[in-house]
Amino acid sequence: MSIITYRDALNHALREEMQRDDRVFLMGEEVAVYQGAYKVSKGLLQEFGEMRVVDTPITELGFAGVGVGAAMAGLRPVIEFMTWNFALLAIDQVVNAAAKMLYMSGGQYPMPMVFRGPNGAALQLSAQHSQAWESWLAHIPGLKVIAPGTPYDAKGLLKAAIRDDNPVVVLEGEMLYNTKGEVPDDDYTIPIGKAEVKREGDHCSIITHGKSVLIALQVADALAKEGIRVEVVDLRTVRPMDVDAITASVRKTNRAVVLEEGWEICGIGAQVVDYIQRHCFDDLDAPVLRVHQEDVPMPYAKNLERAAKPDVAKTVAAIKQVMYLPTA
Amino acid sequence: MAKKKTEPRAEPTFGATDAPTRASLLHSMLLQRRFEERCAEAYALGKIGGFCHLYIGQEACGTGAISVLREDDYVITTYRDHGQALARGIPARAIMAELFGRSDGCARGKGGSMHLFDRNTNFLGGHGIVGGHVPIATGVGFAIKYRGTDQVILCFMGESVVNTGAFHEALNMASLWKLPVVFIIENNRYGMGTALERASSIHDIYQRGAAYDMPRAQVDGQDVLSVRASVAEAVHRARTESLPTLLEVRTYRFMGHSMSDAVSGTYRSKQELEEYMKRDPINVLRAHMEGQGEIDDAGMTKLDEEVKAIVQDAWDFADASPEPALESLWEDVLVETTT
Repeated sequence: MSIITYRDALNHALREEMQRDDRVFLMGEEVAVYQGAYKVSKGLLQEFGEMRVVDTPITELGFAGVGVGAAMAGLRPVIEFMTWNFALLAIDQVVNAAAKMLYMSGGQYPMPMVFRGPNGAALQLSAQHSQAWESWLAHIPGLKVIAPGTPYDAKGLLKAAIRDDNPVVVLEGEMLYNTKGEVPDDDYTIPIGKAEVKREGDHCSIITHGKSVLIALQVADALAKEGIRVEVVDLRTVRPMDVDAITASVRKTNRAVVLEEGWEICGIGAQVVDYIQRHCFDDLDAPVLRVHQEDVPMPYAKNLERAAKPDVAKTVAAIKQVMYLPTA
Repeated sequence: MAKKKTEPRAEPTFGATDAPTRASLLHSMLLQRRFEERCAEAYALGKIGGFCHLYIGQEACGTGAISVLREDDYVITTYRDHGQALARGIPARAIMAELFGRSDGCARGKGGSMHLFDRNTNFLGGHGIVGGHVPIATGVGFAIKYRGTDQVILCFMGESVVNTGAFHEALNMASLWKLPVVFIIENNRYGMGTALERASSIHDIYQRGAAYDMPRAQVDGQDVLSVRASVAEAVHRARTESLPTLLEVRTYRFMGHSMSDAVSGTYRSKQELEEYMKRDPINVLRAHMEGQGEIDDAGMTKLDEEVKAIVQDAWDFADASPEPALESLWEDVLVETTT
């Protein structure tokens, strides 16, 4: 066990999987000579050479399609988007090609590939660079969508994604890359589709994923000082979603807040709330509330950006509301 | 015919044919023609649904091109894919069953007319988003180079693709990385109902290859032997030098864009259609073979009976094939996988 960053956890996952299987290659903008826009691919070019660590032109639609074609011909591509905001240019390949190929070919062409990169807001990058796309991607049958929130989960889930014979979307985060945590030195994977209770509690559940896990844990710490025991359920995978983990927690706490980086309308939280009302209707002591980005494009100014993002204070307020406690 | 490079061909006889090869090209084109005539009939009867785009008039393009491939090469194409699928050797039965939406179809009834796939012949699909499959072809070329084998991929597309970003992104990478991809534009003059001259800023669209320093040529798409020769040269370049080529194959579709539009009268005139139909690719090859004494009227009639029997057999097979089991609705969304 070592304490390493989320960035290095991803780097180790890539290195180990490329050592393990020579069909695995990494392709994207600045992944090779520049060593990765966020240094996730540091050292890989030197170890694996330019055929397996491939710098592309700025051509998202093109190289996403190259990944699809390479997967059809038997390779296992890892396609890096510098951010998921840029992946909108490539969404036809993700949605119309990668997610559909197995089905529309009647099972003849699996798509063993990964699309990965940072998702959601960083700091003051304003409207076009600060968006969380998981509800768009999770909408699509044929994709798996993972959103690890810790270095341990990042390594284990990325390794599982690379070994998966289906197209897997990996949502990372600029603000996560420098976070640190304990990561085993030896080989391990985390099953896709399994949530984890990151903090046990019996007063209220927070259901969340990705970067928001860090907010949820801060909320749990803050409320513990007031004697409120919050359970943090980290979905880790948003498609397929671990409905059993959600229902088990809500049946225990009878109250839930769903926290996510994305916008409200048709968000991941809307799906979580649907599962809760279907499976836990009689267990609920209060309506489920959601915390999310305000329904506006992300502004640049520090104060406005802070106001737009979900945060600890908004989440604490939501929990107090579902517990019918006075809010500050 | 324009070529980027002027050095003499390494081999002057690319795609040369003998009498049996010409007979097989004629058989393939006639099979495609009769097959699709019955498709139109089946569509009218409601046996084929959805979108259905016929290849009638363009048969020489796919037939000549695919005739130079090896078994381990790849083909990828658009939604106008019946003819190329037959030329590549997917059984007529499996194609017709797919069109009828039956379980014995080449995509088990999940794809339909626009999405014919066949792993046995490396037929990587008909694709329904204009331009979307072109980067995929570049990716297959990348995989071939990655593995160090000498396969090639043929990527068919209509001329309207050249105005999509995907086309440019794909050609740039194929040329930048020197990948064994032959991009074949079947220029049938109309992207749905919009004439090339109303859609593209240049009209000799093989010149688009200049932007990517890619070998390129314009080819008579009604003459299967010309198509075969040009594609053979491009395939040779891909196989031996790992270089891409852009070919503009000039052809014409004798039918509407799909089953729902008039053959002429809206975006093209009856006179124009009739003019182009004088150069039916089947008749062009037949005339050549007659000149060589390789076929006569009796031979043509016999061949026609032969292919009609294949098509009737395919129809009967498709008709008898069961509908996909309802459980299959949920199959092949994802692969069962263990990590």
